[in-house]
Amino acid sequence: MSRVISTGSEWTFELIERYDREIARVAADYRLDTYRNQLEIISAEQMMDAYSSVGMPVGYAHWSFGKQFLAVENRYRRGQMGLAYEIVINSDPCIAYLMEENTMTMQALVIAHAAYGHNSFFKGNYLFRTWTNADAIIDYLLFARRYVQECERRHGEEAVELVLDSCHALMNHGVDAYRRPPRLSAEREAARQREREDYLQRQLNEIWRTVPRRTDTRRADAPERFPAEPQENLLYFVEKHAPLLEPWQRELVRIVRKIAQYFYPQRQTQVMNEGWATFWHYTLLNTLYDQGYLSDGFMIEFLQSHTNVVAQPSFQSPYYRGINPYALGFAMMRDIRRICEAPDDEDRHWFPEIAGRDWVGVVDFAMRNFKDESFVSQYLSPRLIRELKLFAILDDEARAELEVTAIHDERGYRQVRRALADQYNLGSQQPDIQVWSVDRRGDRSLTLRHNRYRNRPLDDSAEEVVRHLARLWGFEVRLEEVDDEGRVRKVRQCDPPR
Amino acid sequence: MSQIIDRRLNGKNKSAVNRQRFLRRYKAQIRKAASAAVSGRSITDATSGEKVNIPTRDIAEPTFHHGAGGRRETVHPGNTDFVAGDRIARPKGGGGGGSGRGDPSRDGTGEDEFVFELTRDEFLDCFFEDLELPNLVQREIKEMLSHRTVRAGYSRQGVPANINVVRTLRGALGRRIALRGPYRERLREVERELEELEDQGLGSSARAIELREEIRRLRTHIEAIPFIDDFDLRYNHRIRVPQPSTQAVMFCLMDVSGSMDEARKDIAKRFFILLYLFLLRSYERIDVVFVRHHVTAKEVDEHEFFYARETGGTVVSSALKLMDEIVRDRYPLSSWNIYAAQASDGENWGDDSTTCRELLTERILPLVQYYAYVEITPDRHQSLWAEYEAVAAEHEHFAMQEIASPADIFPVFRRLLARKPA
Repeated sequence: MSRVISTGSEWTFELIERYDREIARVAADYRLDTYRNQLEIISAEQMMDAYSSVGMPVGYAHWSFGKQFLAVENRYRRGQMGLAYEIVINSDPCIAYLMEENTMTMQALVIAHAAYGHNSFFKGNYLFRTWTNADAIIDYLLFARRYVQECERRHGEEAVELVLDSCHALMNHGVDAYRRPPRLSAEREAARQREREDYLQRQLNEIWRTVPRRTDTRRADAPERFPAEPQENLLYFVEKHAPLLEPWQRELVRIVRKIAQYFYPQRQTQVMNEGWATFWHYTLLNTLYDQGYLSDGFMIEFLQSHTNVVAQPSFQSPYYRGINPYALGFAMMRDIRRICEAPDDEDRHWFPEIAGRDWVGVVDFAMRNFKDESFVSQYLSPRLIRELKLFAILDDEARAELEVTAIHDERGYRQVRRALADQYNLGSQQPDIQVWSVDRRGDRSLTLRHNRYRNRPLDDSAEEVVRHLARLWGFEVRLEEVDDEGRVRKVRQCDPPR
Repeated sequence: MSQIIDRRLNGKNKSAVNRQRFLRRYKAQIRKAASAAVSGRSITDATSGEKVNIPTRDIAEPTFHHGAGGRRETVHPGNTDFVAGDRIARPKGGGGGGSGRGDPSRDGTGEDEFVFELTRDEFLDCFFEDLELPNLVQREIKEMLSHRTVRAGYSRQGVPANINVVRTLRGALGRRIALRGPYRERLREVERELEELEDQGLGSSARAIELREEIRRLRTHIEAIPFIDDFDLRYNHRIRVPQPSTQAVMFCLMDVSGSMDEARKDIAKRFFILLYLFLLRSYERIDVVFVRHHVTAKEVDEHEFFYARETGGTVVSSALKLMDEIVRDRYPLSSWNIYAAQASDGENWGDDSTTCRELLTERILPLVQYYAYVEITPDRHQSLWAEYEAVAAEHEHFAMQEIASPADIFPVFRRLLARKPA
């Protein structure tokens, strides 16, 4: 009797269940550890909704999501874009969306990719473990939406929108990169909110008390710096120390900050996360095929869309959009497996610690303990550099021409690997901006410092962001750009809007 | 075990509120786009949605990010013939983003402009806003077709309240007759035979008993036929038909002499569109006839109507005469409702205005349902206004208005709206 699960392209709930059961069985054989799964069947319109709320299953209302929606809808209508066939939410249970228009093959692909690939990554990777609480996020988002609604009712949509706009502008600077955040809990969040409001206000009054009660001689001769150390979490600093914000405004800042933190790991693990999920849908479905559960027709459809996903156009192609994280991540994961299973001398030289080891354990270790930057610098092999024909280009504004600094040859491997890893370093993508000082005694102005990375200046939109920050801070805000040698190169400043 | 949930029946308009907020925030730009669209599109096309372009930089959300400059090293795939140390001329347009170079937009237009579609309702909202229509009116116009329920025969399905008793009983009677027929016939035969037997004194013979038994059986059969059965039931059938079932013709009359500039024509266009929308609400089919005039009048197509330029003097009566001819020629009153909208800057040759009044009162006003006149003029009124005022005083369905901006248009239709379409 044939074990083939299905041959047609139509899906049914029974078939989805059967595929899911078989995929789960194979995934367990490979020791994939996942959260529980929740597969949700949705329509194309709902997919567009999910799309435009940047992957939050529940979100507060904001025009920027509307803009996102219009853009998605328009591109979809004009046929410029197929909808991504999967969106998966880092939550427990892990929610994966299956679009009703998909064929059975695509549904199975999405289940393998999202519900077992991404899911196990969410559960295993150290960044996600540290920065996100999968079991609490949905509740927190619900709490956030209700709170924003409540604020809109009490203070008007306009007022709320102003605060949210400003927070969104600073969203990427709302995370402490080196401190583990406390766990999320919507309940506690709501219960303690009132308490916190009062407390915050009291604390603020303390900080901003300008008339000294006691004459303290120590203060006069050595004015304390505030903050004592530069602060990288701008939103946190605003939430705790902005002099004029109302308690509800602070709470909104906090909400945006918490959501930013939830997305923080995703920005740093794109290659790994997609590579991992792609590697596993490929491995799981191939295993099922080898076991006789999948038909040839299924595999051909699957391979076709898999190939599209991992296509990497060369830099000269009109379709080139930079390195495709799916392609790079998938290639690296497979390469690791190859190094484990069939290492050659070069691999033994470069990767003595994994060559010949059990590949399932090795990829699992890699998934758990790295982010894109470290993953590339640890595992990108010379052979893969050759296969992808990677080369590095240096663009230095001081020089008239670009320079090819390294290519896929013996002398260039390390250089290419270092350059590629650096490309995924959050520090190179995102400007390093910190709270430098606050003039507590004088005009209460806030000074930020941007330490230029490789002397790269800020884009002009920084002006606009400073304006947003000034709105939250309530007093003048200055942004100083400091170059490699520590000299202040450019100062932007902005008074708060009247 | 995974849980599978069917969410397809959940609402799909989760983003509707966000969409509304976006539209509200960029109202100014969207209104501008909608306004430009009004000038660009045909009068009869006033009710479709509209594509709106907003410059991307206007709606960008600012963040701190790196600009051009400094040193950046990027890695690219697919090297063909570079070797380390090669120098390449910097491609035009800067170094591109952190990953990837070259232009980020495939079609070249997608990046500078944010393009999206307004729905019909959103578009009309923008349009109405210019015109400052009262809310109630806005709603009525948008509600394109009203429906009327009419009787349409009888149906086998329906609710008890709609049972048509006469039909039902007539059907039941017919059925009873039809079903009883064969039994009755047989009954008559058997009774006759039994009677004969009894006459012959064989009333207690075996045959007679058999016959009596059959009679009894036939009677039971006949009685078993129900008085009324499910399939006898007939219900009054009602269907909804679109209310506007008649046709109308709308005359657009416009002065195209040199003094009507683009801005005035644009206001006039909104005036015509608004009338068209009013009519759309009440009529299934609307013809639009464009008559433009300076010294002489001419029937033209829409494009020529709005865009062709003429100079010279103005004889308004020429247009009225032409309209009168067209009506008598092509639009018999028996099958057409006639509306007219006239826009002018009020200029007319001295003694022509009197002719106009006579034409209107004697020939045209008896024909039309409504005649709206707008005068787009910054100057003082000339003779035409005075003559028309005299007409307006005598006729209910003649409305006139002086307008300086689109917001002034609406009052001229106030009376038209007050009347319910027949």
